[in-house]
Amino acid sequence: MADKVKVATASLAGCFGCHMSLLDIDERIIDLVELVEFDRTPLTDIKEIGDCDVGIIEGGVCNAENVEVLREFRRHCKILVSMGACSINGGIPAMRNQYQLKECLEESYLHGMGVEDAQIPNDPEVPLLLNKVHPIHEVVKVDYFLPGCPPPADTIWTFLEELLSGEPIEFAYRQIHYD
Amino acid sequence: MTDDHITETTNRVMTQWNNDQSNLLQMLIDLQQALNGIPESAINQISAGTRRSPADIESVIGFYSFLHHDTHNPYRVLFSDNITDRMLGSRALAEHLNSRLQDIDTATVDYTSCTGMGDQGPAALVNGHTLTRLDKERIDQMAALMETNTPLSDWPAEWFRVDENIRRRDLLLETDFEKGSAIKCALESGAEKILEELDASGLRGRGGAGFKTAMKWRFCREATGDNRVVVCNADEGEPGTFKDRLLLQSFAERLIEGMTVCAKVIGATTGFIYLRGEYLYLRDELESKLQRYRDAGLLSKDIHGEAGFDFDIKIHLGAGAYICGEESALIESLEGKRGIPRIRPPFPVTSGYLNRPTVVNNVETLVAAAMIAVHGAAWFRTKGTEQSPGTKLLSISGNCLKPGIYEYPFGTSLEVILKDCEATHVQAVQIAGAAGSCIPPSEFSRSIAFEDLATGGSFMIFDRERNLLEMVQNFTDFFVHESCGFCTPCRVGTSLLKKRLAKVASGRATGVDLEKMRIIGSLTRQTSHCGLGMTAANPILETLDKFPHIYEPHLLSTTFEPAFNLDASLEEARQITGRDDPDAHLQGGGV
Repeated sequence: MADKVKVATASLAGCFGCHMSLLDIDERIIDLVELVEFDRTPLTDIKEIGDCDVGIIEGGVCNAENVEVLREFRRHCKILVSMGACSINGGIPAMRNQYQLKECLEESYLHGMGVEDAQIPNDPEVPLLLNKVHPIHEVVKVDYFLPGCPPPADTIWTFLEELLSGEPIEFAYRQIHYD
Repeated sequence: MTDDHITETTNRVMTQWNNDQSNLLQMLIDLQQALNGIPESAINQISAGTRRSPADIESVIGFYSFLHHDTHNPYRVLFSDNITDRMLGSRALAEHLNSRLQDIDTATVDYTSCTGMGDQGPAALVNGHTLTRLDKERIDQMAALMETNTPLSDWPAEWFRVDENIRRRDLLLETDFEKGSAIKCALESGAEKILEELDASGLRGRGGAGFKTAMKWRFCREATGDNRVVVCNADEGEPGTFKDRLLLQSFAERLIEGMTVCAKVIGATTGFIYLRGEYLYLRDELESKLQRYRDAGLLSKDIHGEAGFDFDIKIHLGAGAYICGEESALIESLEGKRGIPRIRPPFPVTSGYLNRPTVVNNVETLVAAAMIAVHGAAWFRTKGTEQSPGTKLLSISGNCLKPGIYEYPFGTSLEVILKDCEATHVQAVQIAGAAGSCIPPSEFSRSIAFEDLATGGSFMIFDRERNLLEMVQNFTDFFVHESCGFCTPCRVGTSLLKKRLAKVASGRATGVDLEKMRIIGSLTRQTSHCGLGMTAANPILETLDKFPHIYEPHLLSTTFEPAFNLDASLEEARQITGRDDPDAHLQGGGV
């Protein structure tokens, strides 16, 4: 076990689609667990991250908790990977950037259809939203970017295989071009 | 404004431009001048007349920054936002005007790219007309006139005065020119002889690229195709350039004849002067000069009595798009389209305006060609260097006592030029505009020439009091605004550079950010579709190499800093929720 590469993953302001795509590597996940040990990830449900070799982040940064988690990952991971459109560009959640935060919250919690007992949540348990959604490389240094919405399982597999074997990261055209 | 008035005016404008779809841009410009804007209700009518779809017409309006739908504001003031205008206090004046006009809704105040008045700024355009030498007092008077709805024709003429500002004359400006002499000489010697003379003169394009004029004309002469075209590129948009303004204002006869000589050589029947929208004030005078040429039998039919030599020149206006200075974008614009550069080859000499063989030359090149037709190659070669014969007009602005237009022989060193214009304590000279080079004092012995420092004529001086980072930001903002949006490397690359630069300026950057700027900059340079994108990163890349000290004091010693202030970006949420507990804050930033 000691020789295994430690990997952690997290989904910030994303839809878990990238994690689903990771699971789409199907039976190759058996090969993968031969090579790696999963630390904090939604797959293990470990809550605190330990020292890791690779951290993979899905989703952008939309609230204070995202910032904290992301910084924890950066502190503990030798290599940090930005996976998918949201973590690279902000993606769908960043569509709120054209509105004021106040407008978004009022639409959701005060004026939206079917809202009862209308009030904007202010419980300290709930993380505060940033006024804009940001890609993760605007908050921490990122080593690799894996584009796609989501990146296909084969792309993720190729990336991990090459990264783990220490080879230069190279893709077939179809793996990272979606035209 | 009644619907009938709109319909009537639209009809008149369209008839004036022969309902020709390639004149769409000109129709839109004239319509806007007549109605203060382009009413949306006119789009269908224009579409029916020109057989271009409403979406297509909207896309043209959207492309050119001077065109707009809003017809309600009788006054639209655009302050020239070049760094030289800013150095003269333009931003404060614009804000002052804005605050004066807060209570009235009949005026808008905004910024535009360099209007070509760097020697007599701060400058602005009001409804397209040039205002020079603005100061606080004048702004107050302007505001008063706008409050009382005084038409522009009743504003003091002095405000619109554009001075020649010739500070040094040489070969071109010093030598007299007799009306008709270049045309006469061209007809007497014949096309082939003229071309030989031009070749011997070694004249190279004055727009900055320096392509041999004789070679361009010969390619076009030998291209197959009828109805050849001569285009004068008077879209002088490179920030800090205003030398063509002088030639168009005071030496237009030479330009008209240069174009006619070119027409004789290549066999053209049609000519265009593509005049940048910022020089609207020159149009009427140019039109009347063209008419005087027609009246004198020197333009239009059987020119100078030579049967069958027919050539005429039309003026087309631009509408605030820097990219239209690129020759293939200029041709697209002449055809009434969005000014997006074409893929080359084919080059305009074989397939230009409406796919006809077309020569596009800078104003100064055509003026020089006319002079060479009269005085010959030997005369031209008395000045300049072997590889860069003749002289160059420079537009000098910025920190010097004598800004204006200087004509120098090629090969003149920056030291000499700086002494002549009385610039002292110089920190840097930006040559060839925003896309050009930033030269430190250690290189002031270098000279203006194609083989050393090539320039289209922009020469901006910055003394030691100036913050060069502001200059770099100004130019980078300029490219973000002027990118035509067609190719991703330029559209996205320029914006990424702008953001990164703002991070540096706000003191939140680290060494990593400078490295990122180099990477993004060189990617933009290598992968963009046209010259705009290829040069857009120059201000950053050049100064990173030659003026690293303008960046370094702003950097933090951490290895990485976020692109934005983390805690500040929670402020809005704190206010909405009324929270101020420890979890409602984010500490620190970098690592």
